[in-house]
Amino acid sequence: MATSAPTSLTSRALAPVGVAGNLFAFALDVFRGLFRRPFQLREFIQQAWFIASVTIVPTALVAIPFGAVIALQVGGLIKQFGAQSFTGSASVLAVVQQAAPIGTALLIAGAGGSAIAADLGARKIREELDAMMVLGIDPIQRLVVPRVLACMLVAFFLNGMVSVVGVAGGYVFNVILQDGTPGAYLASFTALAQLPDLWIGLIKALIFGVIAAIVASYKGMNAKGGPKGVGDAVNESVVITFLLLFVANFVLSMIYLQVVPPKGG
Amino acid sequence: MGVEIKVNDLSKSFGKQLIWGDVTLTVPAGEICVMLGPSGTGKSVFLKTLIGLLKPDKGSIIIEGTDIASCSERDLYEIRKLFGVLFQDGAMFGSMNLYDNVAFPLREHTRKSESEVREIVMEKMDLVGLVGAEDKLPGEISGGMRKRAGLARALVLDPEIVLFDEPDSGLDPVRTAFLNQLIVDLNAQIDATFLIVTHDINTARTVPDNIGLLYHRHLAMFGPREQLLSSEEPVVRQFLNAQKVGPIGMSEEKDADELAAEAGQELPPLPPIPLQLDPSNGIPRRSQRPAGEWCREHGVTPPPGSFESSNAGLAPGA
Repeated sequence: MATSAPTSLTSRALAPVGVAGNLFAFALDVFRGLFRRPFQLREFIQQAWFIASVTIVPTALVAIPFGAVIALQVGGLIKQFGAQSFTGSASVLAVVQQAAPIGTALLIAGAGGSAIAADLGARKIREELDAMMVLGIDPIQRLVVPRVLACMLVAFFLNGMVSVVGVAGGYVFNVILQDGTPGAYLASFTALAQLPDLWIGLIKALIFGVIAAIVASYKGMNAKGGPKGVGDAVNESVVITFLLLFVANFVLSMIYLQVVPPKGG
Repeated sequence: MGVEIKVNDLSKSFGKQLIWGDVTLTVPAGEICVMLGPSGTGKSVFLKTLIGLLKPDKGSIIIEGTDIASCSERDLYEIRKLFGVLFQDGAMFGSMNLYDNVAFPLREHTRKSESEVREIVMEKMDLVGLVGAEDKLPGEISGGMRKRAGLARALVLDPEIVLFDEPDSGLDPVRTAFLNQLIVDLNAQIDATFLIVTHDINTARTVPDNIGLLYHRHLAMFGPREQLLSSEEPVVRQFLNAQKVGPIGMSEEKDADELAAEAGQELPPLPPIPLQLDPSNGIPRRSQRPAGEWCREHGVTPPPGSFESSNAGLAPGA
């Protein structure tokens, strides 16, 4: 025991590095699989439909309070500066740039990703994936690629939906609860916000969709140890996705703020 | 005609634990081989290594000139089209009914029309006796049916090599007997190379042309059926005759004390060698050798009563 302790300690300390490497290698495999024919159109449509069906309603329900909270917070703050006429613009910026992609990502990871991890994990422990490989079919190309693309597509559209619902929610709360003027709220939209804000929101949503789908697929396909292993895989995939999403969001926001100068700044 | 599998000096370990090492054997083309071994000796690992699901630490597996252990992923997917594999639980795709499961490889790999697919699928379903159950989901049928459906799916691409992972586990003796007969008939029909992993001695004694025994992290013996059934080698003898006396213990190998306690005991005589299972049409398979031929050629006297019936020497209750 005494002699093996240091080696096991270092190997345990380095284990996360190994996992990160495997995840990255898996992502590269998925990327290669993207270009391999035949493309699994049927699986892609089924998965896109499935992910959309489990995420649309919760996302809409999350978007309303999200937009409202931002409107209340920003509205309150901005009032103290006496710049009420910019309330609309500020909340649009916050919703489109941050709240929409993050809200989308949370739902894609929490609802879509967990379903993917559970599905692939169950297939893994029932040896279905092995059977598929033995039948000469690459599960990455057959199952993972369509799921990744489906997640991206759904994330892209959900992001648009959250933006609209969030801004609308902000409008309602600002106008009704904070006695804002409807005209000023709408008119100030373009005062600070600009088109690239929308692009970065959509790009973020796409990237978050990729991360959520790849982590969920990786965890699912590496589930082991029976039914409990599937549960663990789902749990880990959601936690890891959330962590990665917030890091990615931070990095993307930093880059964006450096590259695109704020309007009127 | 089947394809030969040449395994050379193969070793596999998980972490520091060696599963088996230096396994060298040739599975002859078109013959039925059984790989035996006590529970937990890595028989399934061996099977998964043969199809490239697990990478061996060293050694080679040559099939049609390609080394499975070191070839590229792309070659691996190509070579796997030669294989049909029956997994322990059938490994059916849970989201598809039996018909779609069996049709899956055809739809993925061939450009056959739906009516041609239907014809082939129904033929294989008939072969394994599952006609009428096409619309059932894998979750709705018994383990035995799942196994047979798995067999139908494994056969649908006309494989050159068929691997069976414990075809008899969890089946009742009657179904096992039927399945064994089916295996022999199939071999007579399609001439593919068969490798069966099992620890059912009944199957091992009557079905194969060759037997291999994995024990204590190595291949204890591999050779013609009659060679192993007439062998005096302690491990082979103990396992093939399901005896308690011998080097295999409850956990793994017995310790020195237990072996010393057994030193004086006389081993029961070797039971007679049963006849090999014939195909049900009575015409011997191409790879089948006449009963007793190996013993005569090698000057081995088979145990008395050998080659008289097909259930000779069965362990009581087995």
